[in-house]
Amino acid sequence: MAYSFFIQMRMELVITGLIFLLLFFKLGKPVSNEVVLTVVSIALLLTTSLSFFGEQEGRQFAGMFVTNPLMFLQKSLLAGAVYLICLLNYDWLRKQEHLAEFFILMLSALLGMFLMISSGNLLMFYLSLELSSIPVAALANFELQKRTSSEAGMKMILSSAFASGILLFGISLVYGSTGTIQFASLPAQLQAGDALQIVAYILFFTGFAFKLSVVPFHFWTADVYEGAPVPVASFLSVVSKGAVAFIFMNIVMKVFLPLGNITYHLLTILAIATIIVGNLFAVRQKNLKRFLAFSSIAQVGFILVGVLNGSTLGIAAVVYFVLVYLFSNLAAFGVVSVITNATGKESVDDYKGLYKNNKLLGWVMAIALFSLAGIPPTAGFFGKLFLIMAGATQASLGFIVIVALNLVVSLFYYLRVVRAIFMDNNEQPLEKVNYSSVVKLGMIICLAGIVLTGLIGWIYEYILSIS
Amino acid sequence: MELTTYTALIVLLPLLGYLLLGLFGKKIFGNSSGLVGTALLLVTTILSFYVAYTYFFVLGNVNGVYQAIKPLQFTWLEFSPGMSIDMGLLLDPISCMMLVVVSFVSLMVHIYSLGYMKGEERYPTYYAHLALFTFSMLGLVLSTNIFQIYMFWELVGVSSFLLIGFYYNKASALAAAKKAFIVTRFADLGFLIGILVLSFYSNTLDISTLIQRLTSPDGNEMKTAVAASFMGLSALTWGLLLVFMGGAGKSAMFPLHIWLPDAMEGPTPVSALIHAATMVVAGVYLVARLFPVFSMSPIVLDFIAYVGAFSALFAAIIACTQTDIKRVLAYSTMSQIGYMMFALGVSGNTSETGLGFTASMFHLFTHAMFKALLFLGAGAVIHYVHSNEMKDMGGLRKKMPITHLTFLIACLAIAGVPLLSGFFSKEEILLAAYQKNMLIYGIALFTSGLTAFYMFRLYFNIFWSKPYESAHESHHGEGGFVMMLPLVLLAIGAAFAGYIPFGKYVSFNGEAHEGHMDIMFSIAPVALAIAGIGLAIFLYKKENEKPGKISASLGALYNSAYHKFYIDEIYLFITKKVLFNVIARPAAWFDKNIIDGMVNMAGDSTVWISGKIKGIQSGKVQQYALYFMAGIIGLVLLLVYVWK
Repeated sequence: MAYSFFIQMRMELVITGLIFLLLFFKLGKPVSNEVVLTVVSIALLLTTSLSFFGEQEGRQFAGMFVTNPLMFLQKSLLAGAVYLICLLNYDWLRKQEHLAEFFILMLSALLGMFLMISSGNLLMFYLSLELSSIPVAALANFELQKRTSSEAGMKMILSSAFASGILLFGISLVYGSTGTIQFASLPAQLQAGDALQIVAYILFFTGFAFKLSVVPFHFWTADVYEGAPVPVASFLSVVSKGAVAFIFMNIVMKVFLPLGNITYHLLTILAIATIIVGNLFAVRQKNLKRFLAFSSIAQVGFILVGVLNGSTLGIAAVVYFVLVYLFSNLAAFGVVSVITNATGKESVDDYKGLYKNNKLLGWVMAIALFSLAGIPPTAGFFGKLFLIMAGATQASLGFIVIVALNLVVSLFYYLRVVRAIFMDNNEQPLEKVNYSSVVKLGMIICLAGIVLTGLIGWIYEYILSIS
Repeated sequence: MELTTYTALIVLLPLLGYLLLGLFGKKIFGNSSGLVGTALLLVTTILSFYVAYTYFFVLGNVNGVYQAIKPLQFTWLEFSPGMSIDMGLLLDPISCMMLVVVSFVSLMVHIYSLGYMKGEERYPTYYAHLALFTFSMLGLVLSTNIFQIYMFWELVGVSSFLLIGFYYNKASALAAAKKAFIVTRFADLGFLIGILVLSFYSNTLDISTLIQRLTSPDGNEMKTAVAASFMGLSALTWGLLLVFMGGAGKSAMFPLHIWLPDAMEGPTPVSALIHAATMVVAGVYLVARLFPVFSMSPIVLDFIAYVGAFSALFAAIIACTQTDIKRVLAYSTMSQIGYMMFALGVSGNTSETGLGFTASMFHLFTHAMFKALLFLGAGAVIHYVHSNEMKDMGGLRKKMPITHLTFLIACLAIAGVPLLSGFFSKEEILLAAYQKNMLIYGIALFTSGLTAFYMFRLYFNIFWSKPYESAHESHHGEGGFVMMLPLVLLAIGAAFAGYIPFGKYVSFNGEAHEGHMDIMFSIAPVALAIAGIGLAIFLYKKENEKPGKISASLGALYNSAYHKFYIDEIYLFITKKVLFNVIARPAAWFDKNIIDGMVNMAGDSTVWISGKIKGIQSGKVQQYALYFMAGIIGLVLLLVYVWK
């Protein structure tokens, strides 16, 4: 056991080691922020690449921890996303007094997500879910001197606790009605028509829905994104969302397979509601962080469309979409981070005429928004295409039409921002903003990701092959 | 296989030239861009000659029949099994012949431009465009797939557009470029539909498969294509007519010819390459490429024959009245392409009747030589006198001896004077017409007389007429060695290309076609040619009053010919008055009010609704929890009680 334990949990172990290392940094002489950032970046890169080597299939701790190639890829995406967040927010991070704590919290959450993805029973799942969300509430509150930041942290922890309560209630009902918490043995105990199990499942499902910001369990999202520091908001919108979407897929499709009928209804209702409400609210937002919050809600709605497929095609489409979404959304948040950091401005009006003095930022934002809107030839187009194609195998035609129409509506608000950047006149457009070359590197990686992920066909083929 | 490598290089070297000069021309190569482009093209030309030689004398001929060779073929886009767009290289008699023509003329033009375009501001760009054109044209002739042809066909159109509009700060050049592009694009629409029709019925885009399926009378594809009928014509006929429409647009056949005279706004070497020797014959090449299919439909062949013959006559008449020397040559080109077209139209698909095909290709070959020569010679003249107008010229034979001599050879060749290249190919065309259709033969005979007349009208007006006098004595002479060398080489071609036993190599079915020359048959055309030349000597050798009087006495006829029979005005009337008002306006209104209105309404109502519901997002956590619970209860009610 000992040997395979190290191999199969190699990603978790590196992150744990890194957390301890950061704790040690706090003990001795103060370590400069540059050193912390370098160490964390290298460790994250290492973690990202670790998934591609060595044994990928296995079980540990009597099935509490399971892993397979797809899970490794998912974890790798999350670690890569955190790495990109480090790059894109380099200027903000460097200024922080308590940088090591920041990373200890963020990496703990990441560790929680890794364990959550690999969890093999409901208890393990619940514990790791909490591990992945409580540190984030602290992170949302990280800018202690700002009231909005505290408000965000407070709202996050309260809502999160409420949702966890519901989720735990659901889990207890599941356990009560089936007598097991093992994912492997649950499907055999579930029965399609059992009202108690349906209620338990709905409670469990809505707990998930909260973490994913599915309507009507999404209200915390915009308030938290707006108040939280930009790196935390981007972590929430990409890494947290991605991790929960991965395990959500796994549980909904495999563990609750006997309740597939209920899943189908839940997903169709909630997907439509989420896409429409996300779109409707995104239209009005003046604050870019709130705007991106609602845009990410609408994007989650599209993920649900893919989950609807219920087979490997859907899984591949969702993983691929998260990969694309990761680059696009991080790029958009990256621009917001640079500008907020330099000028403190974050409303759409401030972005009018941005292109005039900040060519690269203008382009990065525009391409990221194009990708989020799903305009070809950016990867976002292919992401949406695969999701909708996967969903169309199961869903009714009317459903797909509504989804597609909403795709058109979403163009409206994404392009509104692009228009502001490129075309709108502004008496005093933003001055040229300075930012370090590390940030530039991050943006270029994102741009390359947005373009290449779509153009290189075998990426999707590879994901499909391991799904 | 070395043939594959060489053939691929023929296409890729010009592409490399385009990329090099297009990307780095201005920064790195500068004034040496021309040399870089020419050097690359020299290699291409040598390879083309080598490949053509290998094909004609080593590999192609199997038991007396020339077989098509495909050195390279790969699937590029597969729609369904069996239906794919392939990319490949095709060697057969006509593609090898075109290789020689395109690369040779292009090389001549490259060399000539070293002198002609020297000192131009956008010199590297010019050579980049030339390379792009050469790449596209070579790709076009080597295509194995009809869709591949279409792609290169459009690329050729784009490079033509770029080169016509090369002097982009000249309004007339811009207008001409746009006109050429729009007119040929319009024709290409027909071509595209034609391709779709043919490929729909044959279920393939590969040319050889398509020909095989659409020519075997027992095949299913052929039966359905002939059986399907639309407005009285079979689907096959429609497909071929539409494909021909594309060809007619590129080859400036009436009534799609209007762009060609205006295209003379481009630099003169470009006119020689694109609008005389290579691109404009692409239409002829296209019909020849699909000739076996065309020969299945006598209606279409007749149509082609009449369009070609009419264009030949029509353009020749206009050419007699033009005073811009490049426009005379442009109409002459249109007229000569008319010859090639109707030669295909009167051709049949048996060894007795197949003369027209060979003759058409033969004329394409010789015409490329003498017409490129005429354009380059005209370029030298224009270079010298700084004007396109005949009235500014005259008496140039002493000043420009080499240009004069080579121009004279080309004029004699195009007029059909015996022993020069044009004579042989034109005789074959006339013979083919004579065997098939006397009306067309009559038109062609008359036109050949007109041709001799207008060419010598041009010649005498440039080189004889009055003594040359100019306010500014030209500071440069005839043009240096680089401009004279292509003239001399092309003059050799124009003089002797006719001695190639063409029928031996190029025929519709690959078998040698024995041409027989009958001296008695040649009497009429030669006599007419001499009469035309004689009339030109009488009228134009010395400046005099006679031409003016004659044109005055012809009155309305002369005027309408001078104004190109008002075709341009008719087009303008149709597009501006009819199309814009009757179709475009209502369409624009519909688009602006209905379509945009619906989109705006969707946007506005979204904004309105989102305004109404924004109160829900209150910022109070306890309210959020309430919504949360409400959501759960709603879902439970729905799923446990309603949809159970």
